[in-house]
Amino acid sequence: MPVRIWRTPLDIEKVKRPKAEIHIIKDQCKGCGFCIQFCPKDVLEESEEINERGVHPPRVVDESRCVLCGFCTSICPDFAIFVVEKQCKKEC
Amino acid sequence: MAKKDRTVLTGVHFMNGDVACAEGAMAAGCRFFAGYPITPATEIAERMARRMIEFGGIFVQMEDELASMAAIIGASWAGAKSMTATSGPGFSLMQENIGLAVMTETPCVVVDIMRGAPSTGQPTEGAQQDVMQSKWGSHGDYEIIALAPASVQEMFDLTIECFNLAETYRAPTFLLADGFTGHLWERVVIPRPEEIKTVDRKKPSVPPDKYMPFKPDEDLVPPMACFGEGYYVHVTGLTHDMRGYPKTVDPKIQYELVQRLCGKIRKNADKIVRTYEFMLEDAEVAVVAYGIPSRASVSAVKRAREAGIRAGLLRLVTVWPFPEKQVEELSNRVKLMVVPEMNCGQVVREVERIAKETPVHFIPKIGGEPHTPSEIFEVIRRTAKA
Amino acid sequence: MTATQKFDTHSLAKYLRVERFPHIWCEGCGNGIILNCFVNALDDLGININELVVVSGIGCMGRVAGYIKCDSFHTTHGRPIALASGIKLANPKLTIAVISGDGDLFAIGGNHFIHAARRNVDMTVICSNNFNYGMTGGQFGPTTPLDSYTTTTPYGNIEHPFNLVHLAAAAGAVYVARWTVLHVKRLTESIKKALQKKGFKFIEVVSPCPEIYGRRNKLGKAVDTMKQYREISEIRHGYDPSKAKITSEKIIVGEFVDTEKPTYGELLQRQFIKVQERLTGG
Repeated sequence: MPVRIWRTPLDIEKVKRPKAEIHIIKDQCKGCGFCIQFCPKDVLEESEEINERGVHPPRVVDESRCVLCGFCTSICPDFAIFVVEKQCKKEC
Repeated sequence: MAKKDRTVLTGVHFMNGDVACAEGAMAAGCRFFAGYPITPATEIAERMARRMIEFGGIFVQMEDELASMAAIIGASWAGAKSMTATSGPGFSLMQENIGLAVMTETPCVVVDIMRGAPSTGQPTEGAQQDVMQSKWGSHGDYEIIALAPASVQEMFDLTIECFNLAETYRAPTFLLADGFTGHLWERVVIPRPEEIKTVDRKKPSVPPDKYMPFKPDEDLVPPMACFGEGYYVHVTGLTHDMRGYPKTVDPKIQYELVQRLCGKIRKNADKIVRTYEFMLEDAEVAVVAYGIPSRASVSAVKRAREAGIRAGLLRLVTVWPFPEKQVEELSNRVKLMVVPEMNCGQVVREVERIAKETPVHFIPKIGGEPHTPSEIFEVIRRTAKA
Repeated sequence: MTATQKFDTHSLAKYLRVERFPHIWCEGCGNGIILNCFVNALDDLGININELVVVSGIGCMGRVAGYIKCDSFHTTHGRPIALASGIKLANPKLTIAVISGDGDLFAIGGNHFIHAARRNVDMTVICSNNFNYGMTGGQFGPTTPLDSYTTTTPYGNIEHPFNLVHLAAAAGAVYVARWTVLHVKRLTESIKKALQKKGFKFIEVVSPCPEIYGRRNKLGKAVDTMKQYREISEIRHGYDPSKAKITSEKIIVGEFVDTEKPTYGELLQRQFIKVQERLTGG
């Protein structure tokens, strides 16, 4: 059951939502579509370009939507996509 | 691991051949035995079940011989000297993984106490019907090492030698004993542990990032890094390159690999082959024998000498690689050769092939009774006259 | 977003033999996901890779041994469990993972599976169940559903399939779980739990075979099979494995068995101490 927050958390100023950095190793992708299909935030879509294998690798629609769930990283059978937390020195 | 040393049973014993083999293995450093009961090799497993634990080693009775062979390969890669023991029917089951041991260059010892064959055959009668199978039983071209003991003392000594050869050449090594030698009771002298010479596998002399698991040294044998030593070795039964990675469609890699797997035994045959000569210096008739028939041959040769025939015996201690040089040299010196075997013709084919012009007379005997000295003497007498 | 061409920048690349990639598995094959979850589990646990050995058999999943950067053995068909028993008993410090396919582990390897489970030899067995023999072109196997089409059942399969989790539980495994390759997080957690537990652990992973089994049985593309898993799978921890048969309407997943039992190695060690005490007379 999702938790409903009915008031603003007291530490909302201190806690920063981590920013995502999505890496796509285009020529490693075999075009299965798992990452695109199962991303909970619809961050990815099939790109127009064709990679070395003759398939369309994914492309990022909106990186800011990514919540770093890591599902794409784990569901990719070809290690062609992974997401890491963006390391920022200051607010980014 | 052992607190009290009840390990090597130094002293003089009256022992069964199978038991002597087990004791020899443990004295050689064997610390892993996986087997399955089969007449006439069950006593080896039973002895191991009782004694291995005293050495701090492992005895496992596996669910079948296929598993036994697989388990000893695994144990060898984990660093242990490992062995299994079986007879004909189990030996047939092990062939697949014997091929794996050859391909992955795994040192291990397989004892085959041969019994009447084919199939279930005569479980309680000895034979020598698996000799060709030990060399050709698994699919493909390969070489192995096989020793044939002819006494209970040799069941002890040659088992130790099997381990040493397996470790030196990284190949499965076979102890081919006939069922009689396996169940014979004789005097055995077991030396002190420090008098027993053991050999351990070559270890890599370079760090992991420079090591290639299947890159051979001068002697065509690669040093062996085991699992758990930080070398991250990948081992496969597929044709592989020197890193151990499968490379199955390159003819050059297959050729080089198979040539080397065979070559490391053939090239070192002089160091591996052992034979024993009895009264051969001026012999005109040579008996070529191995295992129990060689003992009857000794009596037959003595009797022949008394009858004025210059007979002698070449006893093959090593059966594979076949002692080609020794047999060839002998065939050039003598007028005829006699080969007694407890099968329908196995080693005799090798002798015929090598002896070429020299006539070879074969004395087969199957059914469970070893050759008697009279039988061999009669053939010597009859053929020497002709 | 960074579009990088270099595989060795992947966060898990250090566990893989990157020079051997891309791997041989088809587009949409679940084996790649199983490999992914496995190395993810290794990473999360911080396992000492020097003490890890991966043993696999023949088949598509069997190729996994060549892709993980650790000591690994790609054995003959059906024998990884027997070989792994030898490795573990000879060097108990090592952590053993047997990763192989349904045919390798349960047809030719069936005997070794049930006995290793019965003995409770300490190892983790991960079975990629794609319902056919993929590598040789798609023949039926012990988990192929009734009426399915494969090259050796051109008129439909007339053999009843195994219920693998039931078999594993009945044979005595101390941890039995089933997941599909869609359940990546749960599968990773399951693998982590299994690697840390003592005894014979079994994880069945239901996996698509889109190019062969899927195509021949008109199951659509891999992503369609995955959507189907989402529809029909149901997580029921502690469910009775004998009732958890896989059907086209329902795949029950979860952890079915999680118990403790002395392992073969532990019992052997206890026996060794007893024998030594008797020999030293005290």
